[in-house]
Amino acid sequence: MNETATISGPPALEMRDLALGAMRDQSVSVAEEINWTVNAGEFWVVAGPQRSGKSDFLMLTGGLMSPTRGRHRCFGAEMPIFEEERLAERLRLGLVFDGGQLFNHLTIAENVALPLRYHENLTPDEAEPRVQAMLELAELSRFADCAPPAIARNWQKRAGLARALMLGPDVLLLDNPLARLDPRHANWWLNFLGQLARGQTALRAQPMTLVATSESFRPWRDHASHFALLNDGKFIPIGNRAALEASADALVRELLAGATDADASTSVQKK
Amino acid sequence: MQRGDVTSFDVSGTNFLLRGPLPRSYANFLGRKLFLFLLTIQGLGAFALITLGVFIRKFRTAPHVIRPLMRREIARSGSRLLPMFLFVAVALGLLVIGQTVSALARVGAIQWLGSIMVIAVVRELGPLLAALLVLARVGTANVVELGTARALGEVEALEALGIDPVHYLVVPRVVGMAVGMFSLTVYLILGALVSGYVWAFLQEVPLLPGDYFSQIAGALTYLDFVLLALKTCAFGFIIAIVTCYHGLAQPLQLDEISRATVRAVAQSIIACVLIDALFIIFYLTVG
Repeated sequence: MNETATISGPPALEMRDLALGAMRDQSVSVAEEINWTVNAGEFWVVAGPQRSGKSDFLMLTGGLMSPTRGRHRCFGAEMPIFEEERLAERLRLGLVFDGGQLFNHLTIAENVALPLRYHENLTPDEAEPRVQAMLELAELSRFADCAPPAIARNWQKRAGLARALMLGPDVLLLDNPLARLDPRHANWWLNFLGQLARGQTALRAQPMTLVATSESFRPWRDHASHFALLNDGKFIPIGNRAALEASADALVRELLAGATDADASTSVQKK
Repeated sequence: MQRGDVTSFDVSGTNFLLRGPLPRSYANFLGRKLFLFLLTIQGLGAFALITLGVFIRKFRTAPHVIRPLMRREIARSGSRLLPMFLFVAVALGLLVIGQTVSALARVGAIQWLGSIMVIAVVRELGPLLAALLVLARVGTANVVELGTARALGEVEALEALGIDPVHYLVVPRVVGMAVGMFSLTVYLILGALVSGYVWAFLQEVPLLPGDYFSQIAGALTYLDFVLLALKTCAFGFIIAIVTCYHGLAQPLQLDEISRATVRAVAQSIIACVLIDALFIIFYLTVG
């Protein structure tokens, strides 16, 4: 992908002197002195070992929790946003959870339709064409009427992605999207996210800003444009692919060479 | 416990508990319990006010999504429980009314039947029994469902989608339970009164249906109807608030849900009894 394909305007995400607490207990420090700028159109991968706080970091980035110190902005707007009047600014961010976090009392189609129906006050019939289009894009049409527990985890994660995309966010945050996926699904995700980042999907013609967390850099090295490391309470923006390849940091080399869990099993070829 | 505390007891006396100072651990225990009780009251009060605020502020938000949920909750807390309530109504008629009518007939006090029926069934037993049944059938399910949703991260998912969890998960349950509780109590009372007469009739009590129902109608005042509606809606509201609070308001692990359910049931019962006591005071004051 074109690494310089950025869009002018305020940064998509900006963090200055930020300190991050754990989601379950804010008094537990996860990382401090986070300084990070994500320009619109960039595709970042934040990698780190297990329990380094990647999910907490993404919850903070998505505005689901407040930093314990520092400033966090999204397109120039102060985060987190809890005010009803600023909901439109808040919805410029989409979040895809590790396990999909689907609502088990709804079918897959109803899950995907929910944000659209809620925010635009649509009946199921009114929402159906857009929901069907999204299900086709994510290859989920045959599971439309299934309950989430009835389908495999691979497909649940895709449904979580489809649901997050329903409101057309400008920034998409993905929590460990490749974890526990089989190689075929991991390949699909990498290609689909690459298309989103380039603005080449039927969904959107403009590049989308992406931030994904992972336990390895390896599957992302040919897909993402920028990389960062989260480890031992420190957030280190590494930079673009060249900077990643040139990094002498032992953990970066380890995360580039080998891989942990399912990421390692995906020998992914860029489409 | 410290050594000094042990020696302060006069174990030979029978009233040593009154004369000796309590061990510090007892005071700590009671203090902790009192503190937790006050925190729970504060939490429940705040949760109830937030829910009311969201209900009013977002009354017109996403009606195509929220109103079907309300209808589903009304069905769950109301019409789906109707068969069980009719069974309980028949049993209540047998246990209370059939025997009361028969006893009153034996002592020649059948003219008090209407007043006794209204006080026992319409004002007290009907609403309280309905509250306990709805708590057992739907309230416990609320804690489990919401506790599981919280433990599995569904609440964070709603927030990430810009959907207020209180609006989506709590408001429909509160409305459904308040409306369902009122409707079920009315059915329960009507069923109990009718079945009570049937049981009395089977015991060959000399009482015509017209006399029986005119006595009950004569004993009812407009205040009974108003307070019955208020009391049942209050029961529904408080059970929904307590059960949703324990399921949703605190982060839970899956293995904590059973304890949260037990706490919610105990606190709901206490809250309902306290509300009932307030209504009794009101009846005694106004009536």
